[in-house]
Amino acid sequence: MTIVTKLLPELWLLATIGALFIASISGRKRSVLCWLPWVAVLGVIAAAVSLGVRGELFYGVYSVDGLSQFFKLAIAAGFAIVTFIAAGKRDSEDFSPDYFMLLGVSAWGLMLLASCVELITLYLALELSSYALYALIPLRGKDRRAAEAGIKYILFGAAATAISLFGLSYIMAAKHTTYLAVLSTTSWSFADAPLAVIGLTLFLSGFFYKLALFPFHFWCPDVYQGSKNETAAYVATIPKLGAVVVLVRLAALFAPGLEITTLFAILGAISMTVGNLAALVQRDLKRLLGYSSVAHAGYIMLGLAAGTAAGLSAATFYVMAYILMNLACFYVVCAISKDGENPTLDSLDGLYHRGPALAMILAVAAFALVGLPPTAGFTGKLFLLSAAWDQGYHWFVIVAVLNTAISIYYYLGMVRHAYTGESEAPALTVSKGQLAFGSVLAVIVLLVGMLPASLYGLAARAADGLVAARVAHSLAAQAADGLAAARTAAALHP
Amino acid sequence: MMHFDFPVLTALIVLPLAAAGILLFLRGERTIRLVTLVVGILECLLCVRLFSYAPQGAIFQFEEKASWVPALGMTYHLGLDGLSLYMVLLTALMLPLCVLGSWTYIGKRIKEFHICLLLMTSACIGVFAALDFVLFYVFWEAMLVPMYLLIAVWGGPRRRYASIKFFLYTLAGSTLLLAAIVAFRHVGGSFSIPELMEKSYSFKFQVWAFLAMALAFAIKVPMFPFHTWLPAAHVEAPAAGSVLLAAILLKMGTYGFLRFCLPLTPAASVWAAPVMIAISVASILYGGCIALGQTDIKKLIAYSSVGHMGFVTLGIFLLSSKGLSGAILQMLNHGITTGGLFMMVGLLYERSHSREIADNQGLGKNMPAFMFLLGLFSLSSLAFPGTNSFVGEILVLIGAFKGSAWIGFAAVPGAMLAAAYMLRLLQRVTWGSPSSFKGTWRDLSMREWVTLAPLAILVLYIGLAPSLTIKTMQPSIDRVLTNMKTKNAAMGITEDTHLAQRLHLPDLSVPDGPDQKERP
Repeated sequence: MTIVTKLLPELWLLATIGALFIASISGRKRSVLCWLPWVAVLGVIAAAVSLGVRGELFYGVYSVDGLSQFFKLAIAAGFAIVTFIAAGKRDSEDFSPDYFMLLGVSAWGLMLLASCVELITLYLALELSSYALYALIPLRGKDRRAAEAGIKYILFGAAATAISLFGLSYIMAAKHTTYLAVLSTTSWSFADAPLAVIGLTLFLSGFFYKLALFPFHFWCPDVYQGSKNETAAYVATIPKLGAVVVLVRLAALFAPGLEITTLFAILGAISMTVGNLAALVQRDLKRLLGYSSVAHAGYIMLGLAAGTAAGLSAATFYVMAYILMNLACFYVVCAISKDGENPTLDSLDGLYHRGPALAMILAVAAFALVGLPPTAGFTGKLFLLSAAWDQGYHWFVIVAVLNTAISIYYYLGMVRHAYTGESEAPALTVSKGQLAFGSVLAVIVLLVGMLPASLYGLAARAADGLVAARVAHSLAAQAADGLAAARTAAALHP
Repeated sequence: MMHFDFPVLTALIVLPLAAAGILLFLRGERTIRLVTLVVGILECLLCVRLFSYAPQGAIFQFEEKASWVPALGMTYHLGLDGLSLYMVLLTALMLPLCVLGSWTYIGKRIKEFHICLLLMTSACIGVFAALDFVLFYVFWEAMLVPMYLLIAVWGGPRRRYASIKFFLYTLAGSTLLLAAIVAFRHVGGSFSIPELMEKSYSFKFQVWAFLAMALAFAIKVPMFPFHTWLPAAHVEAPAAGSVLLAAILLKMGTYGFLRFCLPLTPAASVWAAPVMIAISVASILYGGCIALGQTDIKKLIAYSSVGHMGFVTLGIFLLSSKGLSGAILQMLNHGITTGGLFMMVGLLYERSHSREIADNQGLGKNMPAFMFLLGLFSLSSLAFPGTNSFVGEILVLIGAFKGSAWIGFAAVPGAMLAAAYMLRLLQRVTWGSPSSFKGTWRDLSMREWVTLAPLAILVLYIGLAPSLTIKTMQPSIDRVLTNMKTKNAAMGITEDTHLAQRLHLPDLSVPDGPDQKERP
């Protein structure tokens, strides 16, 4: 019984996947979208209920802790939101049960990823979530662009994974273990363990690829553009959660100020600048959002580079805020696209005549992505900036705020087209239920921005546990006697 | 600290927000306008409580404090002192006037328009009342969106250009302000403004923080090289938008200097004062000269704003008691006078559908009541004795001559330019050869009288009895200046040096200059 309570969110999603599998072979005509969103909502409730659960499973490779439970909640919520977005187009032929089954498998892999505390398990979970996506991305009727996007995703993914595995071999060679708990008790400065640091850097590239951080971002705009709008909504948000949870776990290994954190900062700074500059010239909305997500990957690095409890909880909070506002944006993209075509900036013209509620939701989402108060984007960015500044990354903070200034232009461009563009296109018909769902999303983005304390508290508790382990170790190391090792073990395995 | 049972500041912020929420569900133009008007009147009634402000009392009054994000030490902290009291009153007063002024001017999307007005009011009151740095920033930025929409949706023909320029300019300027806020938390350990004000910071830090903050505030004021968004925004915005822009938004910049730059970075303020004074004088002269050449009434008033706000920043960076009280009074006066002028241009536009002076000439005979009020506001704008602006401007000028006669001499032509361009406008609109007057143009209606009367009364009231206003804010001003002096003295910046010496000019000033110079 205990295993069920400990793995409630995962098991619920697995059951959903099973149901979808049965639906896909039963050949019934009725769309699964009649029941799927509500089942996914129950999954969110299950994840929320098990927020407080703690434990370790499978010989210590699978840890149910504050961080994993927080991200499982986020993944469950993201999955539910994507199914709700898809529910707006329930007649589409592409939305067969196996489409959602693959989505579910990918989300399930990410949930496992959130709990993995051992490098090989971590790698397996990452692959599980990726394989489902390799199959998902080309699913877009008979569209050739989708096939192209699928191939790009697989090729980039395979290359990044290979580099990752190669790095893993170095880590194992240098440290003789793959358990994060043990790895966190060793030194990660380049002087002490050059091989391990190189190995870890390479290992991280697999997750940078998921996060679309420079220089692993090239697939991102192409895949968003080529894949189905709803698939893009998923790919743009939920896998980032998986990448961030692992990066947060790994960043907790390093004391602030190591070479590898400087690398985080440099990649982050380049990523946000490249992403924002490239986004300035985009006309295709999904491509624009693709480059915007490259920039946001850079912002998340602010917290990871800081590496303190405050920094990690800021990154955790920000990625949650990011998926909310990005999904709100994709909700509008999906709602305005006719026949599943890619909307451009011009298709937003006159949106405030054609669908006033959609225009308002878009404005909230876009201003949140800019980081304008009082939205979740602002609060998240504030947390990130103060964490990075406290660790002395002043240049990084300045680069980040200047990037905000660059990014205003293209986000505002979306709002500008919606509010001041004129168009003869007919009014959009969106069902009341869909509009209510979109409004709820926008209200959540605003509420998380205005009253962030409780969500931030959850993120902070999750990150505190990770950093406490490292701090306990460094205290023990300072004691520098035979007792130190025993004390560390006691702190790690209470 | 004084305790009030009723959280009047929160009520002032929440009431328009709640009303905006209610408006979403209302139908019927008249109902929406009436509801917003009633909310505006309620705001003004709530403000009556603020008159119990005791100048000699606590530093911040009507304080409210609640926990917000304890992990980062962010608090929901509101309060007023002499610097902000009148700005809050002015903001609350503008809401009902804007609703009345747009009664017939705005014909489309009435619900959204009034929601934007209400959100603006909330955010602006929040900016002036916030005592937490992050809370201040939240309101400061939140105000951009409704203002952007006011220009972009209800604006004139070039509204797309004007609105995006306004948004980009002001937001780009304030991104570095956010970095400064984060930095202040690091060195000061808190976001709370009263706590930050008590601490002293290293000179190097002060200079960087001052530059980051001053950029944001200078764009908002706007000071000379950063002013280009203002004429575009003013010309394209609807009448109510222009009124809010002139009366309240511009004041946020100067308020930022008063609330943050002087108390938090006193040494850097002294360091930067000569440059800021030079830029202010440039704004005064530049604004005046450009206004002289305008044929569009709204543009003329917009450029006159640049000049008038130059007087405010000049007063602030004289760093003397006279200069500061003149500056704050001038902020209030500019809001009243220019707000009134923009309102009147809106009324004129409703009749003639043109803002060109040439299309609105010779109205004195046919619209006497209109011209009476336009004359009153114009005289106030050129600082005619007996009107409100005269008091503010003369205080700033006295402060300037006390600081250095050179500054005084440089600023006086600005006052003369104001007379030239305003009288030219007045003369042509009143007595010019009639161009396009039609019998359908009515003189002021009852509603328009009600819109303009409060502002007209204030023009004369402050003009004739300014000491009541000055008395209220004097203790706060003195506190700012003494704090500056003691902090700078503690840092070793004690030597009194006249501004003229700092500017490397021959000294003409009276010998008791209050300013200080940093000692190397």
